[in-house]
Amino acid sequence: MNTFVNRFSTNNALSVIRKAQAVVDDDEEFSDAAWGSEAGFGSLAKGVPSFSIPAVHDPTAFLRLHTDDHADPNCRIKIQHGTTTLAFRFQGGVIVAVDSRATAGSYIASGTVKKVIEINPYLLGTMAGGAADCQYWETYLGIQCRLHELRNKERISVAAASKYLSNLVYSYKGMGLSMGTMICGWDKTGPAVFYVDSDGTRLKGDLFSVGSGSTFAYGVLDQGYRWDLTDEEAQELGRRSIYAAGHRDAFSGNTCNLYHVKEDGWRFLGNYDITKMHYDGPGDVPGSAQVAYGYDVRVEGRTSSNPPAAAATA
Amino acid sequence: MECSFALTGKGYVLIAADTTAARSIVKMKIDEDKIKSLGPHLLMAYSGEPGDTTQFAEYIERNIRLYQIRNLYPLRPPSAASWIRRALADSLRSRKPYSVNLLLGGYDTSNHTPSLYWIDYLGTQAEVPFACHGYGSYFALSLLDRYHDPEANLEEGLAVLRRCIDEVSKRLVVSPGKYRVKVVDKDGIREIEF
Repeated sequence: MNTFVNRFSTNNALSVIRKAQAVVDDDEEFSDAAWGSEAGFGSLAKGVPSFSIPAVHDPTAFLRLHTDDHADPNCRIKIQHGTTTLAFRFQGGVIVAVDSRATAGSYIASGTVKKVIEINPYLLGTMAGGAADCQYWETYLGIQCRLHELRNKERISVAAASKYLSNLVYSYKGMGLSMGTMICGWDKTGPAVFYVDSDGTRLKGDLFSVGSGSTFAYGVLDQGYRWDLTDEEAQELGRRSIYAAGHRDAFSGNTCNLYHVKEDGWRFLGNYDITKMHYDGPGDVPGSAQVAYGYDVRVEGRTSSNPPAAAATA
Repeated sequence: MECSFALTGKGYVLIAADTTAARSIVKMKIDEDKIKSLGPHLLMAYSGEPGDTTQFAEYIERNIRLYQIRNLYPLRPPSAASWIRRALADSLRSRKPYSVNLLLGGYDTSNHTPSLYWIDYLGTQAEVPFACHGYGSYFALSLLDRYHDPEANLEEGLAVLRRCIDEVSKRLVVSPGKYRVKVVDKDGIREIEF
């Protein structure tokens, strides 16, 4: 009888303990077997995170109907596409540089977009493709990285963080996500850059550029890149490459945001006006030769004309 | 894909064009010369619709030659460029227009000035210090903005051209294998082993 009372009473000591245990049990979503299991899923119950999708018959067709600006230029939602972003690994860490223009069709929607997403003090993500997709999912990635840190008492590696994101976007493949991003940071293996896009591609590498202006950035970046660049040279190269894209690509421009990731985390170096860089150069900043980037400004007064000495003086 | 580059330097114009002739996904020939000499100091690189390219280039070549025979003097580069542009513009408004893009480089011996003209199949003409046609332009233009020097000597000019070709080979998926490079300066036209 006594045990029976204990079991169903709501105010004695035993029942309080029982309630507390129930709360703890609720918090334990995963069985003990999932912890550190060899299944390769870590702490994820199903292996892939899931998310609710619109309650219509065909969510993909629904999204396409309202966003595809090739088929219908007057559609309600225009997705931001044009961009230039770049990141590269070198002896002194990782340089991340991006432009700041947002376009919707031929309209410049903003010139002050933050295309570097600060996931945590050691991780940066870049934004190309759908602005909302990148912003939302990279912030979400930040949450998951923090949870990883709390669960494992260790910072997440760049490889793991980028893999989490690529698995996530892959689970939405064909549903209209549009993102091309570089996950950059410093972990116990050193500096790391991963390219992740909404097709599900994930690539480890030293040097990437993403967006409509990427070809123009590559042109300058590839030719100036060496592993043993100094910090100052690397920062200048990042800036100069974004300028090149801002100058040649109509969908990129306005300003350049520059970040440098080192062993102690990322540091924001500054915001540089691309027009100003064209006419006056980047100003008094480390690595700058203090000359204007613009071709016409750089070669002013120089000519290919080659008269012989006699003709020149005459 | 077809690529051509050109740049001016101190007293010369360099022109490079890839040497592949492709049909669909097949390379039909890998040593085709797509740069024609139109006179003692005039070079033209052509690319575009197969068939149209050679037909148009030969038409231009012969008419420029005819002018020289009739007048004893060849057309100077600016006049030649204007005439060629007009030929393209007239063609564009005909029933079957030529789809040909051109880079015209010449050296004007009367004022010792090299000049380079960028002309596309729509009859757009621009005098420029450097130029590209094809997908290569997406990589090379920003590079040339950065590295081109109008007063570079031939060696330096070739180094910049080498950068362009290397960059395109590195990044373009369907990059051409070989290029033919020609230079025009006060001494005339020469081909350069590259």
